[in-house]
Amino acid sequence: MLAYIGRRAVLAIFTVWAISVLAFVIIQLPPGDYVTSYIAQMASMGSVVTDEEAQNLRIQYGLGQPIYVQYLKWMRLIAQGNFGMSMEWRRPVTEVIGERLWLTVVVSVAALTLTWVLALPIGIYSAVRQYSAGDYLATFVGFIGLAVPNFLLALVLLYLGFVLFNAHIGGLFSPEFSDAPWSGARVWDLLKHLPIPAVILGLAGTAQQIRIMRANLLDELRKPYVVTARSKGLPESRVITKYPVRVALNPFASTIGYTLPYIVSGSIIVSLVLGLPTVGPLLLKALIAQDMFLAGTIVLLLGVMTVIGTLVSDILLVWIDPRIRLEET
Amino acid sequence: MAEQGPIPAADATKQRIFVASQWQLTWWRFRKHRVAVASALVVAGFYLAVLGADFLAYADPDASEAQRSLMPPQRVYWFDGWRFRPHVYAVKGVRDQQSFRRVYRADPDQKIPIRFFAEGFEYRFLGVIPTTRHLIGVDGGLDATKTIFLLGTDVQGRDLWSRLMYGTRISLTIGLFGVTVSLLLGVVLGGISGFYGGMIDTVIQRTIEILRSIPTIPLWMGLAAALPREWSVLQVYFAITIIISLLGWTELARVVRGRFLSMREEDFVVSARLVGCTQMRTIFVHMVPSFMSHIIAATTLALPAMIISETALSFLGLGLRPPAISWGVLLQHAQNVQTVAISPWLMLPAVPVIIAVMAFNFLGDGLRDAADPYT
Repeated sequence: MLAYIGRRAVLAIFTVWAISVLAFVIIQLPPGDYVTSYIAQMASMGSVVTDEEAQNLRIQYGLGQPIYVQYLKWMRLIAQGNFGMSMEWRRPVTEVIGERLWLTVVVSVAALTLTWVLALPIGIYSAVRQYSAGDYLATFVGFIGLAVPNFLLALVLLYLGFVLFNAHIGGLFSPEFSDAPWSGARVWDLLKHLPIPAVILGLAGTAQQIRIMRANLLDELRKPYVVTARSKGLPESRVITKYPVRVALNPFASTIGYTLPYIVSGSIIVSLVLGLPTVGPLLLKALIAQDMFLAGTIVLLLGVMTVIGTLVSDILLVWIDPRIRLEET
Repeated sequence: MAEQGPIPAADATKQRIFVASQWQLTWWRFRKHRVAVASALVVAGFYLAVLGADFLAYADPDASEAQRSLMPPQRVYWFDGWRFRPHVYAVKGVRDQQSFRRVYRADPDQKIPIRFFAEGFEYRFLGVIPTTRHLIGVDGGLDATKTIFLLGTDVQGRDLWSRLMYGTRISLTIGLFGVTVSLLLGVVLGGISGFYGGMIDTVIQRTIEILRSIPTIPLWMGLAAALPREWSVLQVYFAITIIISLLGWTELARVVRGRFLSMREEDFVVSARLVGCTQMRTIFVHMVPSFMSHIIAATTLALPAMIISETALSFLGLGLRPPAISWGVLLQHAQNVQTVAISPWLMLPAVPVIIAVMAFNFLGDGLRDAADPYT
């Protein structure tokens, strides 16, 4: 088991490295660099940046050097816990991102938790009461959840909130708490705002998990050991929860690795629509302004987050399913 | 000697099943899945709209007119008295004295009849036949007061229905091209991975795992933001297709690899190898046809994800950009809640997105079930 987790951890580190290279390549891809877009921006406001100033800026940010040198310098900075300066904000990247990263984590984890809390019982119900009205309803809602892109769902909910309740349901904080320091009241305010983004982000995943759970459990319920358990007089609830559900849970856990990147991805667009103070809107702005350290850091951190999530799900899987432990030894 | 009785009816159907080809079995199984068949029809309808987008549109999608900005959808009256004469009321735009917004009032005295196969702007049907006929239209369709707006207009006074038709064309073909590129990558890489196994397999599988654990949207955003602003619509179109398919091939590769692994030791593959077929021939003549149906199902299931990706990217302003028209570009107008609250019809382009994605999902599900007719 340790060997298995060790191998997974090595792969995770490798993945993080690959993501860092990808992130760096991406931010280098656009023609020109931050200085060119800065010059264009200044020109549109009517002021001129002299060649000398441009040259100074380039030297200051080390933009003139070969790409691999820039990459290595960036890596060295990161190793020291310094993610570089945001060129647009003229402040350290860590300061700009600040709590936005944690709010992204909070929103994603909330969505993931909701997915599980909803999908598990509904999936079990759908399988045990196959072809019942409730099963059809779950299937139908599930398909809607899969088909509606989450940013559209966000838009529709915003519209309904606006028209029906004349309320703005976006955001993660009430206006009076948005810049306030952390306190019990602020956490409570966050919790009050969390359900809507969590539902929007979690719906597609929930739909998928319900279908997976239902299919797995249906397979298990037909097996002879279930009949045996029933014939020896176990109550029905125990028959189902004691064995088949536990077996059916297994593929369920393995999908968390793929659900998490999906939710994190989705949170970026949904944040833009709902106006959530996560890293999503920041990333979009940074990409457009070619603020490379900021954009690169966000892509890197999001990647690291999902890799850690995947690693946790791998370990969870080994813990649930002894067969994997045996295979690896 | 065995007695030679007449074959019972049950055996006759069995006989039919025994001699049927795999494609026939697949078709029989698919036909039973009603929702999937209905979805197939919906998908076919969508692609007919792709072919005849300019015929179904009745107004030039780029023709803007400040006089008819943000017009709500017009109601169609099918009967005039008891006679079947579809018509709409003429609409007059006036400025509201209090809110200073343009409001539109229908004038019941002025009926504008809807004509079928009416004359409108010039185009080439299917890209070849020059014509001016459209499915519907009105007389004097270029007059601002005498037009029909089935789904209303956008801020610049462009007809939403006509734009939706053109948007369908781009959104659905981009998915198709994207899926083709992913399919090529998926079949080649998945095939190599499953066929050779060993070291190559490990490398490709790890690559897939890495790609799948990266959040896609930030990656797409980064790549899409890298497209030069001065690129033409066509260049951006192909670039977006490639960006979307670069990450979309992993699932297809996984399916293909699984099939290859399970088939590598099958008798017919071994014998093909023993009679001296080249590897290329073994793969493409003997192995690929036997899991073609699986590939088709996986492809159909990959399409909706492509459509959503394009829509999302364009919605963010990183995908296709105006003057290109796609579902995502049309939805850009609906980004702001205030706008949507005043003109809710701007959200209508979401409807075809949802219907198309659902239809492709059901169709793919049906195909996947049908692809294994022996179970």
